[in-house]
This record gives sequence, C-alpha cells and structure tokens, in this order.
Amino acid sequence: MDMMETGKGGGKQKKMTVRVDFTPMVDMLMLLITFFMLCTSLSKPSTMELTMPSNDKNTHEAQKNEAKESHSITIYLTDGNKIFYGNGKPEYDNPNWLKPADWSNTPKGIRYVLQHKQVGDPSTGEAISLPFQDMDIAVKELNRKRQADPKAYPDSIYQSELAAIKSGTINGKKVSTMTVIIKPTDHASYRNLVDILDEMQISYIGTYVIDKLTDQDKALLAKKGVKA
Amino acid sequence: MGKVKIKKSDVWIDMTPMSDVMTLLLTFFMLTSTFVKNEPVKVNTPGSVSETKVPENGVLTILVSPQKGPNGKPTGEGQVFLSYDNSTELAQIVDNMTTLTPAQKKTFVSESMFGAPLDKLAAYLSKPASERSKELPKMGIPLDSIQGQDMTEFQQWVNAARQVNPKVRLAIKSDADSPYGTVKKVMSELQDMDESHYYMITQLDAKKAADAAKK
Repeated sequence: MDMMETGKGGGKQKKMTVRVDFTPMVDMLMLLITFFMLCTSLSKPSTMELTMPSNDKNTHEAQKNEAKESHSITIYLTDGNKIFYGNGKPEYDNPNWLKPADWSNTPKGIRYVLQHKQVGDPSTGEAISLPFQDMDIAVKELNRKRQADPKAYPDSIYQSELAAIKSGTINGKKVSTMTVIIKPTDHASYRNLVDILDEMQISYIGTYVIDKLTDQDKALLAKKGVKA
Repeated sequence: MGKVKIKKSDVWIDMTPMSDVMTLLLTFFMLTSTFVKNEPVKVNTPGSVSETKVPENGVLTILVSPQKGPNGKPTGEGQVFLSYDNSTELAQIVDNMTTLTPAQKKTFVSESMFGAPLDKLAAYLSKPASERSKELPKMGIPLDSIQGQDMTEFQQWVNAARQVNPKVRLAIKSDADSPYGTVKKVMSELQDMDESHYYMITQLDAKKAADAAKK
C-alpha cells in the first residue's frame, strides 16, 4: 500500500511486465496427452442384448409357443460367410428347399429375402401380407411423431412402442409377423452371428431364436455340399 | 580490426496459446476416453448396428479367446477368461470359490482379468507379475465338467457371481473371426444353468449402420 501511494505521488513508475514462461507447462501437458492417447481408447464398446432359450428339458409344453409354419423362415449360417435359408416347414428330404443367400444389399442378399418375405396362407383364409412393409410404415410414423415432439417420446416410451410394433401390434391392431429360426453351424464365424442379429434389428423382426443344428439339418446341408 | 558486436537477440515465444490448446486437448481426452483394460488375449469384436451401451456396473465379462493357430486362423479351442468390474464384490466372489491368503487375494483383485484354473490359482497368484502376465494367456477357466460335480468350473464362477450380486449381468466378448462353435460352448454352459440373458459386446460399425439406413 505504501509503495503504491508513493508511486501515485509523482515518482517514476516502473512498469513491471510479468512474463511467466509456459514452456515447462507445455512440456508436461504434452506428456500427459501422450499418456492419455496411448493408454485409453476412445470407442466405448456397444452391446447387443440376447436371450437364448433355456436348455432345461422340463419346460412345459404350454410355455412353448408354436410359430405358424407359413410365417417362419429358417436361416443356416455356414462357413465361408455363406447363408442358406428355407421358407416355412423344413423339408429335410428336399435339398431344393434350401436356397443360397449372401450378406450383400442386393436382391440376392439375406436382407432382401427377409424384407420381401410374404406371410399368410390363402388356403386357411388368412390374407397375404408383407410384415416388413407394415412395420416399416409404422416405425417411420413413430420416428416422425418423435421428431415432431421429442419430449413426448423419451427413450423408454420410444423403445416400448418399438417393441410393440415389432411384436405385431400397430395402432392397436394385430398384424402378421414372421418368425426367424437362426441355425449357425460350428464353422460359421461369430461375426456372422452378430451380422444376422443385426439383420433382425434392421428388418424389425422381434421373434427370432438361435437354435441348435439337428442331425437332420446337418444331413440336409451335407446334400448341399456344406460341412456342418 | 574492430570487433563486430553481435547483438544478442532474445527470442521469446509466447507459449500461452499453446498451453491453452494443450489443456483443451487434455480435457477432451480425459473426458471422452476410457482406460484400456489389460487383457490376456487381444480380441477384435465384431461390428454391429446396435447402439446400446454396455451397462455401467455389475457386469461379469466373459472373454472368449480366439486362440489363433500358427497360420493366424482361430483354432476354436477358445479359452475363457473372466473379469468383474467391482473389486469389493470380486473379493467376495473369490471367497465363495476358494480360500486364498490375504496377499494372494490382493493380487487377484488387482488383476484386470482372471483365468487360472482353481487348482493352480494359489500357485499362480504367488508368482511375480512378469511371470503372471506370461502365463495367463496359456491358462483359461476349464469348461469341461469335473467328475463328481454337476457344475463345471466356469459355471461355478458364474454361480458365485450370481450369489454375491443377484443382478449381475453377463457380457460375452469374443473375436469376430472365431468360429461360432467356440462361443456356442460358452453359451450352452450358460443355458444349462438357466442363465439365458446376456450381452454380446460389439463395436459400432458406422458404415454398416449407414448401409442399413439407406435400404
């Protein structure tokens, strides 16, 4: 205080420039950044939820729900990234029931097959429908509503509505869904399993199951020249 | 000869802006990144369109090793390693499984993953750290059933985790190229003990997601 007052009093004021050398600080920060860049990973892993059927043999028959044959599609994942699929009830004595597909986004790809699968059986009076089309319209509608009013659709409500659509309830009405049975062989890669589960998500298929290959399946695949 | 006077020029570079940028970068890295866990085997998780994140706590991660053969292709003899993210609960889990000396338990809890068979666990934990890290990739929790016991060692671990934390969630982490047969072994062991709900750890594949959105 005293000094300042004397300064004001007409004495020659020396301007003191305080210069702090930041070089050591920069050095240290560089080291810290290098440490963080090497020892941490930026990508947080994502995950996929999966519920497998229990192996428990004592499951009551009543708990099992039978899928309608005309609504089901069986997908076989084999080695070398190959896929085979068959519509409806497996025809184990007919190798032509198995059709090849691939992972591409073309009419030969499994996505095209799933999205153009017709369900329904005119002989029982059930109308033919395309489950993917129905759901695609419903999901787009839901997305549009969510975009228009994001507050009314927090994540929990959005997810439950999405699940309702996937299970075949659109605006309170029941629509036909399809059931996918996935049968990976032991030689299929884990990547293929994740890929096919992705396809389920992309094509809004809510009912799917990963099943074990039976001996009949193996024999059928062997007829197609596939090691199972 | 007149001496040429060299003027010493003092070059002063102001490091303040640089320090500012550095601090920003450092803050960014500290906030966005997570520490890499030291895993006995390197796995490359498959890409997926799923955006769900791994739950924050109470996750028992089951690492299925791809165990590559001499030609670099996975052989399918995948060993299993486990990790649990809560160290206090992990100590209780190991207490349920076997008895260890306090020093061994401390090492056990501090390791990021465990995979030694129960009969070798105590001996393994007494070894120095450098030997442990060399030995762990060769071990793995046995999946075959032991005579006279109705649960395999792997199932016992999962069961112990379930007893300590009834809400434990199981996450399977496996290499994209490992054959399904390897993962199936783990999955069917879990199914046998009625653990049928689990997470599969993937990484977000932006290209695939964009491809799917295009239709």
